[in-house]
Amino acid sequence: MTGFRGATGAPGTTGTPGTTGTHLGMPAFPEAAREAVRDGVLRANLRHATHTIRDKRARAVAELADWDRLRAAGKAVKDHTLRHLDRYLLQLEAAVTAAGGTVHWAVDADEANRIVTELVRATGEREVVKVKSMATQEIGLNEALEAAGITAYETDLAELIVQLGHDRPSHILVPAIHRNRSEIRDLFRAEMGRWGRPAPDPLGDDPRELAEAARLHLREKFLRAKVAVSGANFMVAETGTIVVLESEGNGRMCLTLPETLISVVGIEKVVPTFRDLEIFLQTLPRSSTAERMNPYTTMWTGTTDGDGPSAFHLVLLDNGRTDTLADETGRQALRCIRCSACLNVCPVYERAGGHAYGSVYPGPIGAVLSPQLRGTASEIDASLPYASTLCGACYDVCPVAIDIPDILVHLRERVAQGGPATRDGIRVRIRPARRHTAERAAVRASRLLLDRPGALRAGERLLARARRLAPRRLPGPGRAWTDTRELPLLPAESFRDWWTRERGTSQ
Amino acid sequence: MRAALFVTCVNDALYPRTGIAVVRLLERLGVAVDFPAAQSCCGQPQYNTGYRYEAEPLVRRTAAAFAGHPYVVTPSGSCAAMIRAHYPRIGLKAEREGRGAELADAARSLAPRVYELTEFLVDVLGVTDVGAYFPHTVTYHPSCHGLRGLGLGDRPRRLLAAVKGLDLVDLPGAQECCGFGGTFAVKNPDVSTAMGTDKTAAATGTGAEVLCASDNSCLSHLDGLLRRSGAPLRTLHLAEILAATEEEPLP
Amino acid sequence: MTGKDRILARIRRAVTPPGGQAGTGTGADVPRDYLRVHGARTPDERVDLLAANLAEYRARVHRTDGDGLRDLLGRLLADAATVQLPPALGHRLPSEPSLTFVPDRAAQTPRELDRVDAVVTGCALAIAETGTIVLDGGPDQGRRRITLVPDHHICLVRVPDQVVDSVPEALPLLDPRRPLTWISGPSATSDIELERVEGVHGPRRLDVVLVGASDRGRRPGARER
Repeated sequence: MTGFRGATGAPGTTGTPGTTGTHLGMPAFPEAAREAVRDGVLRANLRHATHTIRDKRARAVAELADWDRLRAAGKAVKDHTLRHLDRYLLQLEAAVTAAGGTVHWAVDADEANRIVTELVRATGEREVVKVKSMATQEIGLNEALEAAGITAYETDLAELIVQLGHDRPSHILVPAIHRNRSEIRDLFRAEMGRWGRPAPDPLGDDPRELAEAARLHLREKFLRAKVAVSGANFMVAETGTIVVLESEGNGRMCLTLPETLISVVGIEKVVPTFRDLEIFLQTLPRSSTAERMNPYTTMWTGTTDGDGPSAFHLVLLDNGRTDTLADETGRQALRCIRCSACLNVCPVYERAGGHAYGSVYPGPIGAVLSPQLRGTASEIDASLPYASTLCGACYDVCPVAIDIPDILVHLRERVAQGGPATRDGIRVRIRPARRHTAERAAVRASRLLLDRPGALRAGERLLARARRLAPRRLPGPGRAWTDTRELPLLPAESFRDWWTRERGTSQ
Repeated sequence: MRAALFVTCVNDALYPRTGIAVVRLLERLGVAVDFPAAQSCCGQPQYNTGYRYEAEPLVRRTAAAFAGHPYVVTPSGSCAAMIRAHYPRIGLKAEREGRGAELADAARSLAPRVYELTEFLVDVLGVTDVGAYFPHTVTYHPSCHGLRGLGLGDRPRRLLAAVKGLDLVDLPGAQECCGFGGTFAVKNPDVSTAMGTDKTAAATGTGAEVLCASDNSCLSHLDGLLRRSGAPLRTLHLAEILAATEEEPLP
Repeated sequence: MTGKDRILARIRRAVTPPGGQAGTGTGADVPRDYLRVHGARTPDERVDLLAANLAEYRARVHRTDGDGLRDLLGRLLADAATVQLPPALGHRLPSEPSLTFVPDRAAQTPRELDRVDAVVTGCALAIAETGTIVLDGGPDQGRRRITLVPDHHICLVRVPDQVVDSVPEALPLLDPRRPLTWISGPSATSDIELERVEGVHGPRRLDVVLVGASDRGRRPGARER
């Protein structure tokens, strides 16, 4: 069964197991997006899906008259927690331990993968069932387990589609959003039988039929599973309670049937009190699936005699989060509750698709998370802050009010201009990116011109005089404009000159 | 009533007719217009591309140019949002970097005096019918920085709806970005063009003769696409429509 | 240095302003001016809203009283041969000779549970605004898995006692030390073209029985309002 686990065959997933580098070596965003833009089926799939959920979300949110207040409260809870993260993590550890769980701390992806692999090995099992989890995707856990001879089965329907297709997820909530029903039907027909119960024959492309096929295929895995791996949406410091929101029931299967449960959770997912959940249990479902409440939410505290796993391990994951925390502007990205509302309203995501972002975190939030968690050294990470028109739709829908455009501009600065950052816990000074050298010179030259109205006026006059000579297509970087667009028609005189001519001197 | 015009660098160099329209419109409404010659670019292209330090001299220049003017009017939601939302941030960052409060003070002083044109008309002058005449079918694209950055709401549409002879038609997906995004248009040309093409298709589909917006930067992108494709739709800045009258139609 | 020490040290460095000390805030700075309840309702209206919201997410909602319950359950279980049973519910069930009742035992394997047709449970409380029922593993609810593996879940809610308005009203009534399962409609997915489909891994059929009036067994947890 090895070879199936998505580690092979899929572009971009062949990086060293156990590092965050699974997507590194990706082309920069503009090149990756170019392909997606030209793929008509993909664009139609994305357009249909994002517009469907976008409208539903707006209706679900409009039902709550106090939405803005819930949003402000969610933001404040997260900010407060982040400011005192050390204290709340220690409190969480004590509460989980007191309730019969074991807490592990992982500085980076390698350490987290090692911890999980050893925990699974200690059970003697060779397979695990998994609940969809961004954190385990981020660290490349499946690949690390595979290298250790352990098979990880994704059980979320969309993750199953991705895994069967040797594909990569392209959306936080709906990882297979880039696939339509007939593509999924063909995939189920071709692949299910190789890894377990085959798809029913005949199989239509009605989502109902496809969901049923997934149910039959996965049930045998749930019933025999001894070890499960999950992430979590929230961890409550005061009580040690872990919270997972889901829809299909695969989460409940993994969280309650096996004997051992291992949850890998980013340190930013902690909230201080059980009461704080009253905010997020209202804002998260409406923002993500546009429901008043998702079908299933499971909350557990340590272990319970006779009900659910007898062993519970919580792996607290840093992997760049403390570096992000060290940046006063960028740290607000750690408020993210992974609802994916920003993806669904983003016009750039809608055209470029999730894969172009070269990370398990696509869309606007990915464009501010990845370059902070991974740094801006790689080509893809340096291009992500520019993968936005700064239109602001993401900020408007964010249930914890992350000012994504502001962080994007902040990170553009880090790339173009250089500046302070924290990497692996050490404060460093990032040097301006070399590939921005020409741009930097041009920006400087234009600024010098703009800062001297006399010179600016002379420049404008030169431009006006040359207007008949203006070419239809520009060479060099200007081509990016004139390949698809006409240049503006140059006026005979600037406004400045008109004013002087009509009104004489300006004051 | 006196107001200083912040024409913006794009309008100064490429779309002077928009600046001229603002002057005519405001003067028709009884406002005396000043044009401080020391003005230049607000610094948004530099700032949004990641060159905050290059934007700083322009922040200083803009604040100095409009010092003492209680009303600064600009026909660009984007430049107004730059001054109102980002100038204070630039000042704050300079302060945090230990370079004193001078920039922050300049930003704080200017930001509340800057009005996007439709804000000035509706909120300060209290007019929606500006006495314009424009006998054409028009559809309106609310640019992102005006819509979400400034919260212009229905001000532009109310102004257009009051224009005599004008037939205003809804633009499907109006709130979606046109794909210009400043340097985004050349850094991500494929996505930018895809977004712009969807926007111009929606506009063409309304059957309108004119696609109107309050930001010429967005319109330069949309107009460039429309002219390249040969579509019959023309683009116009809102100020030009509002400046047109029966006696003095659009030039 | 352990991973824990390193992470904690990094956090402390990250949140300490240059030359300053880390804050000692208490969380009192969080504005909690959001609503406890979205709209004023009578107990009956609260139950009606619960029913409407459950139904919108494709749960089947039934109303009865203590006298009618046995008959109703008999009808709902007409297709079932085996019924899983938490320890404290036996007295409520119909006495059809065709039904086999399976007790909730720790030794029962998931495979054995998979052969069970239906399960009947009570709940800890229900939330009207979101159409949610919450189970806390109490004696009338049993282990979490029994409401998961069988394909048909019938959940009894005492109305109006067990119904609260909202999520903020529900949380203080729940004990986080107990395993909690929040259920809002049957299992569902939106993973294919974001089109909602009911019934994946959890029970495909969720019947919620609102048991009123003559069966007013009070639960200490459910607040009178």
